Amino acid sequence: MSDTITIEATINGRPRTLEVAPNHTLLEVLRDEIDLTGTKECCVVGECGACTVIVDGRAMNSCLMLAVEIDGADVLTVEGLETEDGLSPLQDAFLEDGAAQCGFCIPGQLMAATALLMHNPNPTVEEVQEGLAGNLCRCAGYEQITRAVLDAAKEALDA
Amino acid sequence: MHNVGASVRRGGGYGRVTGHQEYVADIKLNDVLYVKLITLDVARARILSIDTSEAEKVPGVAFVFTPDDLPKPMPRFGPQFQDRPILADGETKYHGEPVAAVAAESKDAAEEAAVRVKIQYEELPNGVFSVAAALAPDAVLVQDPSIRPAGDPLAHTNVISEKHFGWGDIEELAEESDLVVEDNYRFPMVTHFAIEPHGFMAVPEDGGVAIWSTIQHPYLLQKMMAKMLEMPLSKVRVHAPDPGGGFGGKQIPKYEPLVTYMALKAGRPCRLVLSLDETFQLVRRSSAEIRVRIGFDSEGYLKFQDIETNFLVGAYVDIADRVVGKSSYSAAGPYRVPAVKIIGRTIVSHTMPSTAFRGFGIPQISWARESLIDEAALRLGIDRLEIRLRNLARLGDEFIPLERADGDWEQTVRTAAKRIGWGDPLEPNRGRGIAVGLKSGPTTGLSYSTVRLLFDGSAIIYAGTSDMGQGARTIFAQIGADELGVELDQVRVVMGDTAMVPFDQQTSASRSSVLMGTAVHRACQDIQHKVTAMAANLYGIDEEAIKVEGGVLALRDREVSLIQVVQEALAPLGGEVIGNGEMRKNKDPNHPLGGTAAFFEFNCTASEVEVDTETGHVTLIKHVTVGDVGRSLNPLQVKSQDDGAAIQGLGHTLMEHYIFDDAGRVRNIGAIDYRILTSMDLPLELHSESTENADGPGPYGIKGVSEGSLLVTAPAVGAAIREATGVVIRDLPMTPQRVWEAMQEEKK
Repeated sequence: MSDTITIEATINGRPRTLEVAPNHTLLEVLRDEIDLTGTKECCVVGECGACTVIVDGRAMNSCLMLAVEIDGADVLTVEGLETEDGLSPLQDAFLEDGAAQCGFCIPGQLMAATALLMHNPNPTVEEVQEGLAGNLCRCAGYEQITRAVLDAAKEALDA
Repeated sequence: MHNVGASVRRGGGYGRVTGHQEYVADIKLNDVLYVKLITLDVARARILSIDTSEAEKVPGVAFVFTPDDLPKPMPRFGPQFQDRPILADGETKYHGEPVAAVAAESKDAAEEAAVRVKIQYEELPNGVFSVAAALAPDAVLVQDPSIRPAGDPLAHTNVISEKHFGWGDIEELAEESDLVVEDNYRFPMVTHFAIEPHGFMAVPEDGGVAIWSTIQHPYLLQKMMAKMLEMPLSKVRVHAPDPGGGFGGKQIPKYEPLVTYMALKAGRPCRLVLSLDETFQLVRRSSAEIRVRIGFDSEGYLKFQDIETNFLVGAYVDIADRVVGKSSYSAAGPYRVPAVKIIGRTIVSHTMPSTAFRGFGIPQISWARESLIDEAALRLGIDRLEIRLRNLARLGDEFIPLERADGDWEQTVRTAAKRIGWGDPLEPNRGRGIAVGLKSGPTTGLSYSTVRLLFDGSAIIYAGTSDMGQGARTIFAQIGADELGVELDQVRVVMGDTAMVPFDQQTSASRSSVLMGTAVHRACQDIQHKVTAMAANLYGIDEEAIKVEGGVLALRDREVSLIQVVQEALAPLGGEVIGNGEMRKNKDPNHPLGGTAAFFEFNCTASEVEVDTETGHVTLIKHVTVGDVGRSLNPLQVKSQDDGAAIQGLGHTLMEHYIFDDAGRVRNIGAIDYRILTSMDLPLELHSESTENADGPGPYGIKGVSEGSLLVTAPAVGAAIREATGVVIRDLPMTPQRVWEAMQEEKK
C-alpha cells in the first residue's frame, strides 16, 4: 500500500536490514515480517504490556513504536533472553516460582522485568510492582511474577 | 511416587518463558487471507443494504463476505439453542455484531477495505438493555419466535427459560421464622479479558476442513462444524493450541463457522485474529439481578430461603441458560435449609451474548445470599462467622436434593477465620468480612486418554484437555511419571488436535484433573496390567503373584521396574506399550441438572479492608481464600490458580463493569477505559490455602480447583466495607465513587 523504508537495527544481537512500511509498528514488523512471534499482541494501545520489548536499554510497548523508529537501535525481544548458557536467571526464576500460567503476558513481563533489573539490580517489592504495573496478567499471577523478579535479582547479587 | 503432591515446574513452561510457545496467532499458514469483521456503531438496527463495491476496489482484497454468501436460511448455531447466526441476519441484535467480513491478502488491505464497505441501516427503537425492559409487557422481542424451539410456551417473551427448584414449604416456615430479611442485589456485566484475544483460522483440505481456534472445547467445535457442513468427524480437524487464558470465554465456538465458510469460498486459508476491543463485544459474564428473602429463628438457624435470579444473557443464549440453571440449583449455598424456593430466569437482551465465565453464575448469586445473611446476623446479634458455622452442611448431608456435602467444610471455614484474625481488634476505618460459597463441578463427563510407554523409558500422554494456564499438562505428566516410573522431564503431553488425540468432552467446570486425570491414571494402569502380563510370561510366574506400585513390579523375591520388563520383553525389535483409559460420568435423567456434581468446589473467603473516608477508596489489607481441594497434586499451581481467581474476583468486586449508553452501545471498550487489577492494586497480604483430606473423586483423592477463590469475593469484601463504614452496597462494583456516595448518603 505504501513505499517501504530501509532501516538497520540490531535485533537480539543480530544486525538486520529491514524494509518496513512507514505505517507499521515495531510489533507488526517483529511478528509479521521477521517471525519473532514471542512478542505478543493484545490491546495495541500501550495499556497491557504484552508487546514489551527493550529498545536501547529501555522497556517499550512495541505496539506504540513505529518500526522506522528503531533505525540504528538495539532491540531485545523475549527470543533474545536465552543464551548458550541456557535460560536467563529471570526466565529460570519465572519457571521455578510458577510465574507463567497461560503464558501469554509472560514475554512482556520478562522484558519489563529485564529492563527493570538493568536499571535497578536490587529492587524492593514495591519497586517491582511499580515497574511491572504496565503489564497486565489476567491469570493474575502477580505474586508469583514479583517473587520471581526478586529471586532473580537476589541470585544475580549473590553470584 | 515423588511427583504427585510436589510443586514441580510447569509442563510447557519452557515455551512460555522463551517465546517459543505457539498460540493460534503465532501460527503462519501459507497463502493466507486476512479477515476483518465489519460491525456497526449501533446496537439494534435493521440492515437495509450492504454495498461492497468500493471495498472490492482496494488492492489486495479477495472478497467481501456477506449473508448472501451463506446458505439460506442463515445457518445458526449454539451449544444449547441454534440461535446465533453466522452473520447478523437482517438485523443487528447487539453493539458489535458482525454484519459482513473482508478477506484480503494483507491485514492493511483488509482494514482499509473494511471501512469502505457501505452499510445502510436503520437504528431501531426500544432496544432491550435491562431486565426490567426485557420483562415489560410491551417489550420488543429480542429473538424472533421462529428461531425458538418448537412449542416453546415462552417463545413470545424475552424469557428463554424459567427454572423452578426447591423443597419444603417456604410460606409455612416464613410464619415460623423469628426474622425475615429481604433485598435486591445487582451484579454487572464484566468481560473475560484474556490477554490472548480470540483467534480463528480455517483451511479446506482433502474433502474436509482444518480449523485452528483458541477454543477450550475443540471436540465440541469439531462436532458442531461436522454437523453444519455435513462432513464426517474425521474430516473436520481442529487444532487447538494452548489458549492464552480462557476463563470460560473460549469454551464455545464463536467465529469459527464464519471463518470456515470464508475459507471454503476462498479455497484458501482464512485467518481472523481479534483485537482485544473486539473480544469485548464477543464475550462477557451474564449480569444479574437477584432478589433474596431469608428466614431465621432467633438462634440464627436458617428456616427458609426464597431466591429469584434474573440473568440478562444477551442476544443469543450461548451456554448462558446452563449458567442460570446450574448456579440457581445451588443458590441456597452450602447450608442446611428446611425449605427453599428458587426461580431462575434466562432473559435475552440487545447486548452482546454472555457465556461461561469462571464461577458459572455462582459469584452473582452468592453476592446476594451471603450479603443478606450478614444483614440477618447483625439484626440477630449473632457473629457473622458463627451464623455460617451454625448452618453449614456437614460431610454427607444431603443439603440439596440428590447432592451431598463432600468435604469437611467447617474445617475450611475455621482455617479462613483463623488466618484473617476473625475477632481480633480492628484499627479505625477497617472492617472484616467472611463468606462461603460452593460451585458444582461437572455433572457429566467423558474423557479418553492414551498413554504410550516408549522403549527407552520415556512416555507420551495424549489428553484432549486444553491447558489454558490451569496447568493440566503438568498434572497429567506428574500422574504418568509416578504411575509408570518415568522421569518427569521424559514425559510429553500431547493435546489440542482432534485428529491425533482421543476425545474429551470439554475443559470446563474445573473438571480436567478429576475426569481426564482419572482417564490418564487408568491408561497408566492399563499399561501396568499389560506389563504385569509380560512379566508373568517372561519370568514364568502367575500374574496374581505380581504386585504393581507405581512404576515398580513386586515379584516374590525382588522388585523390577516397568521399564526393565518392557525392555526385556520387547527386545530386540523394541516397541512400546500402549494403554488406554476412559472416564465416563453418564447423564442422570432423574437429576434436574442431568447429573450430580462430580465434586463441589467449596471456598471460604475472608477479607480485611481499610476504607479511605475522604475518597471511598478501598485498600485490601488482607485477603484470605481457603478451598477444599481434596488433595493438591501440585501445590504451587493450586496456589497460583487460587491467587489468580481471588484477584480476578476483586476485579468484579471493586472496579470492573461495562458501561452502556442509552442506545445500548458499550462506552468503555478496551484496556484504557475498562480496568482490571494490576500489580499495583493487589491486597497487601494475599493468602490462598487448601484443605486437603483426600476425600475427592479424582486420582489420589483430588477435587477440582481454579474457580473457588472468586465465588464469594464480593460478599466478603462488601461485608468488610460495611463493617469499616457502616454503609451497605448492593450494586457491584464497589468503586470509590459508589462507596463515597454511599457514605455521604449515610451521613444525612
